Amino acid sequence: MTPVKLSEIRDLLDATVLVGDDKLDISVSGCCAGDLMSDILRGATEGTVLVTGLNNIQVIRTAVIVGVAAVILVRRKEPDETLIAHAHKHGLPLLSTPCTMFSTCGRLYEKGLRGVEMQG
Amino acid sequence: MPDLERRFTIRANDFVNAGEVSLEIQSILKHIGFDSSLIRRISVCAYESEMNVVMHGGDGEALLRVSPKSVALVFTDQGKGIKDIDLAFKPGYSTANVKHREMGFGAGMGLPNIKNSADTIEIHSGEGKGTTLNIGFQLEGSVD
Repeated sequence: MTPVKLSEIRDLLDATVLVGDDKLDISVSGCCAGDLMSDILRGATEGTVLVTGLNNIQVIRTAVIVGVAAVILVRRKEPDETLIAHAHKHGLPLLSTPCTMFSTCGRLYEKGLRGVEMQG
Repeated sequence: MPDLERRFTIRANDFVNAGEVSLEIQSILKHIGFDSSLIRRISVCAYESEMNVVMHGGDGEALLRVSPKSVALVFTDQGKGIKDIDLAFKPGYSTANVKHREMGFGAGMGLPNIKNSADTIEIHSGEGKGTTLNIGFQLEGSVD
């Protein structure tokens, strides 16, 4: 697994950085993707990037609970101010990409990121 | 380590704040200095349980109890209760509505996830009787 910097991910996905402009040097060690938060809660997702199409506050809370390093919203999702404020509060980088979930995961995989397998 | 006990109120259908109690519990555990994998397991159980109370339980409360050898989470609510507990633990079984699913929950993985992350789990419930969920974590060898 190749660690990938957030700045590389931004370029790879033509993403907009909504929160965490100062944290683009962070490297992520893997990737987890899904719209179902209970799935994300099951797996060693610490330090990974969370790719999701779910655009509500529970994404940020789930991300903090499991310790993901950054969140990427797919399909050009535009989060509301509350979601952005919560990401700020927890110092969690938040990106939005025009790519679909499939393309996002494909590009990240091609770049060297790998998934987190389910535990138990 | 001194014993610690904290209580938190959880409101029914309060999706604006759903999860904040668990984040506070996580922050207390980080402050105490437990290792990250234990904090993660406890936080996941807290979050799934809190969401269950918000979605199904009516008003309720969470209790965090830290003792020298264990951490306990107790979620109590006055909601409609669980008719068939075995069925509620079956992965994929859910009584969630559209609103719950929009929030990324309600896919029947809550109780299975809690069972998977906890050392001990005990549930008392009945139709119309509310629900009490006791979740335990052993500490031996877990503290830095």
